[in-house]
Amino acid sequence: MSLDLTRREFLQGAGAAGALTLAPGVFLYAKDPEVPVTDAVRWGLLVDTRLCQEDCDACVEACNEEHNLEDLGRPETDAQWIRKLTVRDPLGGRTISLPMMCQHCENPPCVDVCPTGASFRRIDGIVLVDKHTCIGCRYCMMACPYKARSFIHENLTEQLPHAPRGKGCVESCTMCVHKVDAGENTTACAEACHKDGHQAILFGDLNDPDSEISKRIREFGATQIRADLGLNTGVRYQNL
Amino acid sequence: MSIASVRYATLDAGRSYWGLLAVLAGMTLVGLAGFLHLEHEGHWITGMNNQVVWGIPHVFAVFLIVAASGALNVASIASVFGQVTYKPLARLSGLLAAGLLIGGLAILVLDLGRPDRLIVAMTYYNFKSIFAWNIFLYTGLLAVIALYMFVLFQPAFARWTRAAGILALLWRLVLTTGTGAIFGFLVARQGYDAAIMAPLFIIMSFSFGTAVFMLVLTAAGRGSGRVLGDALLFRLKNLLAIFVSAVLYFVLAYHITNLYATEHHGYEAFILNFESLYSKLFWIGQVGFGSLVPLALFYAPRTRTCRISTHVGAGLVILGGLIQMYVIIIGGQAYPLVLFPGMEESSSFYDGVIASYVPSIWEFLLGFTGVAIGLIVVVAGLGALGILPEDLSDPKPAS
Repeated sequence: MSLDLTRREFLQGAGAAGALTLAPGVFLYAKDPEVPVTDAVRWGLLVDTRLCQEDCDACVEACNEEHNLEDLGRPETDAQWIRKLTVRDPLGGRTISLPMMCQHCENPPCVDVCPTGASFRRIDGIVLVDKHTCIGCRYCMMACPYKARSFIHENLTEQLPHAPRGKGCVESCTMCVHKVDAGENTTACAEACHKDGHQAILFGDLNDPDSEISKRIREFGATQIRADLGLNTGVRYQNL
Repeated sequence: MSIASVRYATLDAGRSYWGLLAVLAGMTLVGLAGFLHLEHEGHWITGMNNQVVWGIPHVFAVFLIVAASGALNVASIASVFGQVTYKPLARLSGLLAAGLLIGGLAILVLDLGRPDRLIVAMTYYNFKSIFAWNIFLYTGLLAVIALYMFVLFQPAFARWTRAAGILALLWRLVLTTGTGAIFGFLVARQGYDAAIMAPLFIIMSFSFGTAVFMLVLTAAGRGSGRVLGDALLFRLKNLLAIFVSAVLYFVLAYHITNLYATEHHGYEAFILNFESLYSKLFWIGQVGFGSLVPLALFYAPRTRTCRISTHVGAGLVILGGLIQMYVIIIGGQAYPLVLFPGMEESSSFYDGVIASYVPSIWEFLLGFTGVAIGLIVVVAGLGALGILPEDLSDPKPAS
């Protein structure tokens, strides 16, 4: 093994070999880029609103930093991949706070309406935008029930290799696909929430009955936002 | 005026003709300069944002595309339903439809975030997208119009006129259905997600297209020294009155249906309660000046045979049509998405509040550019081809 292996090559090698033990009980699986994505997994997120603090936006800050989403001082056109939503029940006044982002639907309206197929769903459940074929028509933004997408209204600089972005294209939460494919088994928002001690966001494989996310959903149940639309979202919420 | 005896002539390319073309070309150049600035800076200089993603350019574009379909009314009535009176005007009907369609499509392309990727839009298709279908329907209609015009211009193919007319009629009905479905298929928006959008857009096309046709016909006649006969003009006016009434009926059916369902009461109040800008535009612009005033002008005993009133009425129908598009397109986006029915929502991304939208000069420039491009096609066509009959006057009674 050459000493100047890149991190990615190292992870790929480790992935091909099976799994890398980082610490007892913690394994790092890396996806071999030659191996196609499989529908054996369905990546998803579980949000427990009881654990989500209204005054905390660690997930938002982490996402912005991870993908270099800048605050340009124009809130109406600045991109937001994840936002904190406050929901108040007028009857009784109960208020909950929750992160809202692309819900990674199994039947995404954004994918249905995209004329060029730039909006697409990977078979592992992650909904993405192909920045090479997005023509910037914004029909996906009209169609998304969750207002999860942002249009890039200006020139961008200092983009990150793992999060290519560009003026005139539409973008949204990628469920940190670069982390997922690198086998990090988490997202920036889930990681930040965990670090802050709230642990309101959990990432995992919805298809694996033994995954933590599946166990929690099985035990406590979980809700889809706008379940009436029948989209089968990959992001589920508890205690709504 | 028997169709066999109709003689067509090009417009005289005098100073006023070239002057008009120069003005339109100037408008187009100014608009294209605005487009270059917009593409260089990005859409942040417009009034559009992440809440209202389609703005004034789309109002103009959809209006022009819908009106293009309706501009073919005269062609359909002449060639499919055999109304002899309209047959001499079928060529203008086809040319105007092509011009309006090209103008509308130009706006859509110029407003894209990545207009440089037009080739991508023409080579990558997602056939579940009504947008992708519309790309075929729009470009296809241009081909169908070209075929129809070819048949009209070639006496040897005269027997195919009805077949070509039927093809154009069916094509434009499907096209307008597809355009209405752009909104009808949006499942999550309170103002859309309604099957009635398709027939509503069809009847809107009849109305807007006929109004535009009347004004263009009169302008072309006046500009070339042809006097449009009263009978022809008032016959078109009577047709337009029926279409305006039909649009009102469909709008009424849409709102009545929504009012019956409690889940839509929020949106209905937003459009109907006369508090929001969109509500005022709806009542004053769309219903008042865009529908009721024209109907009064068209039917009132003192004005129904007045040419000026007829033209004013047609102009108001066009203005009302643009306002109707504004209410549908912008109002439908300004009203917030409902993520949690029955709850109050708030966020840094304008959840739960009416989105603001202030149109910018850049957007109007794009809209005017589309209109100018469409008119260039029409004026150039009238100058180059025998589109207009030499005589537009009413037929003399047989002695």
